[in-house]
Amino acid sequence: MTTSTPTAASSSTASRWERFRDSYLLYSFKRDPIAQVSLAVFILLVAMALLAPWLAPMNPYDLAQIDILASELPPFWVDGSDPAYLMGTDAQGRDLLSTILYGLRVSLIIGFGAVAMQATLGVCFGLLAGYLGGRVDAFLMRMADIQLSFSTLMVAIVVGALFKAIFGGATFSTYAVPLLVLIIGLAEWPQYARTVRASVLAEKGKEYVDAARVMGLSSRRIMFRHILPNTLSPIFVISTVQVANAIISEAALSFLGLGMPETQPSLGSLIKSGFDYIQSGSWWITLIPGLVLVVLVLVINLLGDWLRDVLNPRLYKG
Amino acid sequence: MTTASLSTPGASTAASTASRDVGATAPQTAEPLLSIRGLEKRFSLSGDFLEQLKFKGGKLVREQKHVHAINGVDLDIQRGEALCVVGESGCGKSTVARTVMGLITPSAGEIRYDGERIDDRSTKELLPFRRRMQMIFQNPYASLNPRMTIQQTLEEPIRLHHPDWSPAKVKDKVAEVMNAVGIAPDWGARYGHEFSGGQRQRIAIARALAVDPEFIVADEPISALDVSIQAQVLNLLMEAQQQRNLTYLFITHDLAVVEHFGTRVAVMYLGRVCEVAPTATLFATPRHPYTQALMSAIPRLEDDRPQHIRLQGEVPTPVNLPSGCVFHGRCPHANARCREEVPALIATDQGGQVACHGVEEGRL
Amino acid sequence: MSLLEVNHLDVRFALRRGDVQALRDVCFSLDRGERLGIVGESGAGKSVAAFSLLNLIAKPGYIAGGSIAFDGQELIGLSDRALRRIRGHRISMIFQDPMMTLNPVLTIGEQMVECLKAHRRISTRDARAISLRKLEQVQIPSPEARLDQYPHELSGGMRQRVIIAIALLLDPDIIIADEPTTALDVTIQAEIMALLLELCEEHNVGLVLITHDLGVVSQVTQRMLVMYAGRVIEQGPTREIINDPQHPYTQGLLNALPQMATPGERLNQIPGSMPSLSHLPSGCAFHPRCGFVTRPDGSRRQACVDEVPAFVASGNCQAACHMVAEMIERERIPAEEQDS
Repeated sequence: MTTSTPTAASSSTASRWERFRDSYLLYSFKRDPIAQVSLAVFILLVAMALLAPWLAPMNPYDLAQIDILASELPPFWVDGSDPAYLMGTDAQGRDLLSTILYGLRVSLIIGFGAVAMQATLGVCFGLLAGYLGGRVDAFLMRMADIQLSFSTLMVAIVVGALFKAIFGGATFSTYAVPLLVLIIGLAEWPQYARTVRASVLAEKGKEYVDAARVMGLSSRRIMFRHILPNTLSPIFVISTVQVANAIISEAALSFLGLGMPETQPSLGSLIKSGFDYIQSGSWWITLIPGLVLVVLVLVINLLGDWLRDVLNPRLYKG
Repeated sequence: MTTASLSTPGASTAASTASRDVGATAPQTAEPLLSIRGLEKRFSLSGDFLEQLKFKGGKLVREQKHVHAINGVDLDIQRGEALCVVGESGCGKSTVARTVMGLITPSAGEIRYDGERIDDRSTKELLPFRRRMQMIFQNPYASLNPRMTIQQTLEEPIRLHHPDWSPAKVKDKVAEVMNAVGIAPDWGARYGHEFSGGQRQRIAIARALAVDPEFIVADEPISALDVSIQAQVLNLLMEAQQQRNLTYLFITHDLAVVEHFGTRVAVMYLGRVCEVAPTATLFATPRHPYTQALMSAIPRLEDDRPQHIRLQGEVPTPVNLPSGCVFHGRCPHANARCREEVPALIATDQGGQVACHGVEEGRL
Repeated sequence: MSLLEVNHLDVRFALRRGDVQALRDVCFSLDRGERLGIVGESGAGKSVAAFSLLNLIAKPGYIAGGSIAFDGQELIGLSDRALRRIRGHRISMIFQDPMMTLNPVLTIGEQMVECLKAHRRISTRDARAISLRKLEQVQIPSPEARLDQYPHELSGGMRQRVIIAIALLLDPDIIIADEPTTALDVTIQAEIMALLLELCEEHNVGLVLITHDLGVVSQVTQRMLVMYAGRVIEQGPTREIINDPQHPYTQGLLNALPQMATPGERLNQIPGSMPSLSHLPSGCAFHPRCGFVTRPDGSRRQACVDEVPAFVASGNCQAACHMVAEMIERERIPAEEQDS
């Protein structure tokens, strides 16, 4: 019998990098200026947040560096500004630029942390519900329905308020970041579970899953080794949306006073703290962090849109 | 029992004395490798419990609708043979294959493999049988995991069933099966989508052969392939059968393939077996009116005009099964008995079995 | 002058790695009432050929050259408006999947009436009457009731009958049928094919039947084209090609059929698989799979690797093959020598 060769043109086995270089992902990225700009801005923001301790002119957590006399100074392009404070200062005399950089860091940590939590819960429940079906499916999906019928903010407000009431404001401030991750993560897992379940149902009907069952593989191995890798594209796409959502949720909670305390401000709590001074003319304390938040969420969503278009096979496979 | 109408008087006595035993074919006395008895499978159409509740006449009633995919199938597969199951879409042939492989739990009936019952076992208890029976699927574009390389795909079953083998031994085995199906072992690092349909089907066959099974269920393995590739894959399957002494349960709708490939043929209609016979016998003298219609519908290269038997109407839905013989609504020879009584498989003098009142009564 | 004449048709697909030529130099013609089969495996370009006749190729495909003349009128370069007047009216199409033509939210009757009204000034009542008559022609049981049914209420075979009725609605000159029965069962397929054949004969409608099934082609059509990798490689009267194929690919295709081999014996397979259109072999696209590149005396025919073969006539058939050309040449020379 003659040995047949694969249809691909190149004779040697393509490396991972070559695969990526030839992929549709890179191709469409190169042709989409919006995606390029969004990714650049996103990387810039993340880098600035990560490097905040080195980039920021001052440390807003260090009370020794705060000069209460220098409070509410305007940014550099407005009359009466101090060149030491590029973006001006807030009501407590903290350098606004430094505070924004640190705040961005907190927002991103909470955003990504919450999404990691949602994804872990949602993927596990979604896989179980989709693959096992029947009663497990019915139970988990009803749970998800119940969870979704409470809005994220309502859950967060109740849990946050209870926590504050029981353990006191000081403990709350100490554990604010993990607590917010937990609250937002728990509130939004059904989004993941539903997406994963839907794609598991689609994948489960394919013959490679039957082949794995015929082989005698355990359900766990089929779920994680065979089905999960094939549901990554939709997970990836909703992750971008969910990161943006989580950041906004955190900002909203902080704005309501249930999020990050003012001593370790996130973007949301900065906006809130500045909100009180809008009337007195110090618009920059709210507006500048607000703009940063808008830009951050916007670029994440734009990247998500692009990714969804690329990973949606119907749009290019025909 | 009425004697079947036959050409010679001697043969007619043979038919009248033929036993009514279901399943087994007369000439084969050896213990079958696989035997299916009274197999039934119903799929619920009504969703979960809450969706089944309906208001009817002011009362809350639980209502369930079922698709009767298979209704009482008896089949025996002898060692070393290729039993082909043919029928049109919706006749339940794929369901039989999937039930045999334990992908679907039957609603009733039993399946014995080498004398042992396998239809009521858990995934773990089935494991020793998985090594002996394997399956090849219809769609080569869906039967390989797109995120796994060919090497990974082929190693997985070997590692599962031979956990004590060294990595080198596993690699050797993979290379052996890849060579056996005509795929160069150096292509192992590639993914399924880099291969053409025919090559993917070869890889799927290699995966089935990797654990050295003795029995292979092939569910329409060539119907998604091009004509020239179909011949390659059929040849490969026949080669493998000779070299490895395989037994096949071969599901197909293509009668030309059956004629070439099958040792015996079972014709299914609406979830029931209507005729089983050795291939040559079935093609020379189809007895069941449905088999006759099916045969006449094959587009032949030779004749200029199709001379097929036109059946009335279409296949009824398997939700509301017709009473009596499932074929009576379309059968040109149906009478009152056909509409009421379900025909059982009876042995014919040509070594086959047919489920038809007309044949039994000697009308056909 | 034939009703439909296709000359040197080139179709390309603009892909990101450059253009891929899906059809090269395709020529054929169809007379009034003639039935032509286009046979080939997937990737041979048979569906592209059918779709390009009505300029229905979806982007990124485009017609790069050649001409399609219908009833003396050039179709390439025709405005969408003018094409629509021909499409569905004088040339209609039947697709493999009936749901591609049928709108799931409209009843059969509504769709048929709409189709008639789009092309003719006609009252709804008359349009319904015509629709009913067409449904009767395709032998649908209780046609009156079908008019008010939705597509999903019909079985696959019934839907394909409705599609045929719609295709016949405006009394077209040509029907293009792209794998019309592939999705159907054998018994239904036989009925639909018989019906199509009967209607084409009765109304003197030309038929272009695209299929991979040689059995269907041999029963329905009078002439056939065999396509391979975007080219027509053999054409001629169906009977003659089926009985005595010239091109090695056609021979291989016919010999690979299970009915051509002794049961239980090896089938005559063609080695390898169809090349992808973006990496066509040089010369004759079939040469890597062809058993006749090497002559019986052991010498290699270099032309197969280097030159694209031109059509040579062999009886009523034409085949694009160097081997066939050589054989004809060899037969001709001794004959001439005897003459002189």
